[in-house]
Amino acid sequence: MPLDPQSIRQDFPILKRRLPGDQPLVFLDNAASSQRPQAVIDAMTDCYENFYANVHRGIHTLSEESTAGYEAARVTTQQFLNAASQREVIFTSGTTAAINLVARSWGDAHVTADDTILLTICEHHANIVPWHQLAERVGCRVEFLLINDDYSIDTETVAEALQRLQPKLFAFTATSNVLGTVFPVQQWAQLAKDNGATVLVDAAQAAPHQAIDVQDWDADFVIFSGHKVCGPSGIGVLYGREALLAAMPPFLGGGAMIDRVTVDGFTSAELPEKFEAGTPPIVEAIGLGRALQYLQDTGLNEIARHERDLAAAAEQQLRDVEGVNLFGPRQSEKAGIVSFTIDGVHPHDIAQWLNLRGIAVRAGHHCAMPLHEHMGLTATARASFYLYNTHDEVEQLVDAVKQTREKFARSGRRRRRSSISSSSS
Amino acid sequence: MASVSSSMPSEQDIYEEHVLDHYEDPYNRGELASATHADEGKNPLCGDVVQVSLRLAGDGKVEEAFFDGHGCVISQASASMLMEEMEGKTPEEVKDFTAEQMLELFGPQLTPNRQKCCLLPWRVLQSALHSPLEEDEADDDAAHFSGPSLSEEN
Repeated sequence: MPLDPQSIRQDFPILKRRLPGDQPLVFLDNAASSQRPQAVIDAMTDCYENFYANVHRGIHTLSEESTAGYEAARVTTQQFLNAASQREVIFTSGTTAAINLVARSWGDAHVTADDTILLTICEHHANIVPWHQLAERVGCRVEFLLINDDYSIDTETVAEALQRLQPKLFAFTATSNVLGTVFPVQQWAQLAKDNGATVLVDAAQAAPHQAIDVQDWDADFVIFSGHKVCGPSGIGVLYGREALLAAMPPFLGGGAMIDRVTVDGFTSAELPEKFEAGTPPIVEAIGLGRALQYLQDTGLNEIARHERDLAAAAEQQLRDVEGVNLFGPRQSEKAGIVSFTIDGVHPHDIAQWLNLRGIAVRAGHHCAMPLHEHMGLTATARASFYLYNTHDEVEQLVDAVKQTREKFARSGRRRRRSSISSSSS
Repeated sequence: MASVSSSMPSEQDIYEEHVLDHYEDPYNRGELASATHADEGKNPLCGDVVQVSLRLAGDGKVEEAFFDGHGCVISQASASMLMEEMEGKTPEEVKDFTAEQMLELFGPQLTPNRQKCCLLPWRVLQSALHSPLEEDEADDDAAHFSGPSLSEEN
């Protein structure tokens, strides 16, 4: 059954927000961060109001209850990913922290100066910089797969690069946050394994929009963030194959990640605590668990279909607007992301002008500078759709883009050179 | 939340005709062949680039001030306004021209993120004043300007 965005919108209190000029909010910046349903806000409030305490240590009622809530969120996350064990689900502070954890712990232990890390040009900075940093520490090489003219990367290119470079790690995004390109994770992971590479999948843009099965993907590491899946900010998930995680040295040291500490040293705790030093994001984990449940109850396939419908409608209309350039693959291979430029208008001015109409889009390089450089652009504007967006909002976006073009198109304005003094008032 | 809304400037005002006039019909845009001082700065987050070249006359005054580059309406219009304002000033007067004065010269009230766009040309002007061309042709001292955080997200 197709989802009903009008009824879904009732679940998200922020969508009632009015902007200056009494404009209703048209939130099309979901690829950067989504909004939260009341159920998530309530779950977090319930914890703060009724049973919050630190986890894993207090022998008292609140600590037991908080621990139960925190660990229940881990089980929900395990089921969301279809991970084989709870021990494979590590809570971090976000996607960036999770990738850094892998780069520091697994990377420092396994990667040497002779090794190569293979990425795609579509990665956002969180899946580039930690590998550059690893290269600075151990001297490995970092190589990039480039995109074709149709914004895809074909299987032959991937297979050839894996064979030629024999990378230690192939780390790639499941979905491009700029182009919306959806990559065939399972196929790429298999090719990587055939060539002896460890596989890391950045699922930050995929998890909000598709059912993930890490066993089906057969990836070694899978990573996503809470704030893009209708959950809170400040939490992310690192899935790791148990044997790999067990063999990795701990990353951050501190409380909770230890079995025993003496004046001479320490021994690590078991998984998953080994990688969860310090007080974890307790309430955030509870909120994340509730968010994943909300998405599953709504139906991830229905959500994905709805977003693609909206993006397809937006692209179809924007394609006909003179001066508008769209970036991304054919619709069938694409998530609900529409990145565009308007001839002669800087993306910041597009975003600012759309904001006047209550429309929130992102403008810039979207933390993907290498991709923009590869495409010969400094910046793009991006509209990204989610479950609560509507076809009405698509119409508003298209209308506003047309007006943007008219507003900023050069119309032969001349300054009155005789009056040098500034006329601002 | 209402208080947040009311304190935000309206975008309608940002793009007032005076600003768009400068954007479309800029003052001294281009290269200054006889420049004595020049520098370039960029906003690495949005990719905006501004070059400023100056000719200081024998009496030390800014005889000509030119800018070039690419960017949003705000950065390009503010560059035009600044070039116009600075001609005829002494180096001391240029140095004394503060960021607040630049924002005032621009006119429309800007959010903190867009203030960075507005102040990019002003920063480059200040560094250009310290970059005589004879001594340092190599542009290895380019001002790097940390720009709007609105781009720096996924």
